[in-house]
Amino acid sequence: MKLAVNIAGVELKNPVMTASGTFGSGRDFEPWIDLNRLGCVVVKGVAATPWEGNPPPRIVETWGGMINSVGLQNPGVEYFIAEDIPWLRQFDTRICVNIVGRTVSEYVAVAERLASEDVDLLELNISCPNIKEGGVAFGVQAEAAAAVTSAVKKVARQPLIVKLSPNVSDIAEIARAVEGAGADAISLINTLLGSRIDIRKRKFILSMKHGGLSGPAIKPVAVRMVWQVAQAVKLPVIGMGGIMTGEDAIEFILAGATAIAVGTASLLNPEATMQVLEGMERYMRETGVEDIAELVGSVK
Amino acid sequence: MVERRAGRTACKILQNRQIADGIFELVLQWPKILQRPTAGQFVNLYCTNQDRLLPRPISVCEIDGDKLHLVYAVLGRGTAEFATLQTGGVIDLLGPFGNGFSLAGKPGRALLVSGGVGTPPMVELAKQLQARGWSMDVVCGFRSQSYLIEQLSRYADVHIATDSGAEGFSGNVIELLDQETLSGDALFACGPGPMLKGVQAWAKTKGIPAQLSLEERMGCGFGACVGCVTKIAADNESGFIYKKVCKDGPVFPAAEVLFQ
Ligand SMILES: Cc1cc2nc3c(=O)[nH]c(=O)nc-3n(C[C@H](O)[C@H](O)[C@H](O)COP(=O)(O)OP(=O)(O)OC[C@H]3O[C@@H](n4cnc5c(N)ncnc54)[C@H](O)[C@@H]3O)c2cc1C
Ligand SMILES: Cc1cc2nc3c(=O)[nH]c(=O)nc-3n(C[C@H](O)[C@H](O)[C@H](O)COP(=O)(O)O)c2cc1C
Ligand code: FES
Repeated sequence: MKLAVNIAGVELKNPVMTASGTFGSGRDFEPWIDLNRLGCVVVKGVAATPWEGNPPPRIVETWGGMINSVGLQNPGVEYFIAEDIPWLRQFDTRICVNIVGRTVSEYVAVAERLASEDVDLLELNISCPNIKEGGVAFGVQAEAAAAVTSAVKKVARQPLIVKLSPNVSDIAEIARAVEGAGADAISLINTLLGSRIDIRKRKFILSMKHGGLSGPAIKPVAVRMVWQVAQAVKLPVIGMGGIMTGEDAIEFILAGATAIAVGTASLLNPEATMQVLEGMERYMRETGVEDIAELVGSVK
Repeated sequence: MVERRAGRTACKILQNRQIADGIFELVLQWPKILQRPTAGQFVNLYCTNQDRLLPRPISVCEIDGDKLHLVYAVLGRGTAEFATLQTGGVIDLLGPFGNGFSLAGKPGRALLVSGGVGTPPMVELAKQLQARGWSMDVVCGFRSQSYLIEQLSRYADVHIATDSGAEGFSGNVIELLDQETLSGDALFACGPGPMLKGVQAWAKTKGIPAQLSLEERMGCGFGACVGCVTKIAADNESGFIYKKVCKDGPVFPAAEVLFQ
């Protein structure tokens, strides 16, 4: 049975990736899972300088999911290079760095700094709803998305994945724009903008009022968008949004994803990535699929 | 290599009974595969209803042989679900998590201060302190009905305050601390934010080193989501950094906590 997949020339031993921001740099999961079994670790958003993040409360539960407004708290790229790359390199897995910025030049600075570092892939996060400037602003407008993609592509030495926001009216248009600007792969979906109100206090629960909705509640939206993007571009697509089981992951593969990422499920169960991988293998055995590639985009 | 840990584990329910209005005691068989919890740590409990996915962090109240005692207030839909659990059933648990109280230092007289469902962790703490040679006062505040007093009395002199005056002193724990002119060599506190803020100020004026156990909404409980942060004083431009209540805490030195 063949599970290995190829994303822009980088071979992943299996299609299971971690969704950025739900796995840190992997340390928190080491007590429970063997990181060698992951196709790729996608680390939490890394900025040029340390970001302090948003005030609490940052998390609220919703029906079948959660809303977060973490705001990309991170210790910056220098810390990441010094502490996390050597640690992750102990494991036989791929490293993908999720890049965040408030301006084009901040994104470029991170990609430039990582150019000579030992990481396998970059993921451009133009879709985080949790920062005031930048972030999602780049992800909701085709021209802005293309501009930041081509600027980063110029300095990047690793293949560039562009991560799309679902908070748009035409996802295919954005996907085509970043393809045209030189993206090597596309990942989606980031979180959907949402809010919750405490009706007793008549106040928003999150300090930022709104945040990003994730978890099984968003899966149908994600599957639809992955299919739309896979139809619109030739690039490999990485699908995510609410994957809890191997069956969920297979839905994304059938919709056109070459690889998938497990996000919120890892927060709810630190062994989720392994369970998703085992569930995918079980499905392939049961349905007589020899190579996962046979399944990609094969929905009728 | 880090130590391997057991994942989400279905724990057997030995008892789940109401001990006060809206307050339940849940006794679980503690499986050997899980790490033994310490005072001030918490466990994640999960609902069976799959639209409620996030963990419900509940403090370790007491470890009694291979039994874990938890005490929870029915607050929302998750804890309402827990209240329906029956003896002989199971509940999904992950943990224990958090740093717990630091029990280092020369034994002396301790002051334990709690409010509402901040009281449960005081039981195991009092037991551990006593085992290390400490003597102590426990000052606990409730809205109108006390609980866990019998357990606490085994280890400590217990002082009760209620908002309504229905039991013990009528007023809050700070007023009671002053009224009884209590003092000590170390202070440990757990309870609602405003109470902890009061305790922080009180301990500072008395010059008593204090540890505060904080609460925040949690997405994971084990450090991965960075959702559960609190402001901790730091020597930088903004004067603080956000630390994780689940992993860096829930217990922090009082002098470092910056309340809103
Ligand atoms: C470290 C720690 C230890 C705790 N120990 C205890 C204890 O020993 N006994 C006890 O009764 N309670 C304790 N709590 C509070 C307890 O976790 C909440 O009351 C409980 O999660 C409420 O769940 P619910 O489904 O009933 O409420 P809902 O309001 O329906 O919960 C919705 C979401 O909000 C979260 N939430 C709501 N209120 C709180 C809160 N005050 N703190 C953290 N998360 C919250 C829930 O976990 C859930 O994810 C502790 C909290 C923390 C952080
Ligand atoms: C707590 C949290 C933090 C996140 N942080 C990031 C981030 O730093 N960068 C990013 O591109 N996406 C981030 N995301 C989005 C996820 O990577 C993922 O796209 C989204 O949650 C949908 O997948 P899921 O439903 O499986 O979680 C975050 C999501 C959560 C829940
Ligand atoms: S609850 Fe996820 S980091 Fe603390």
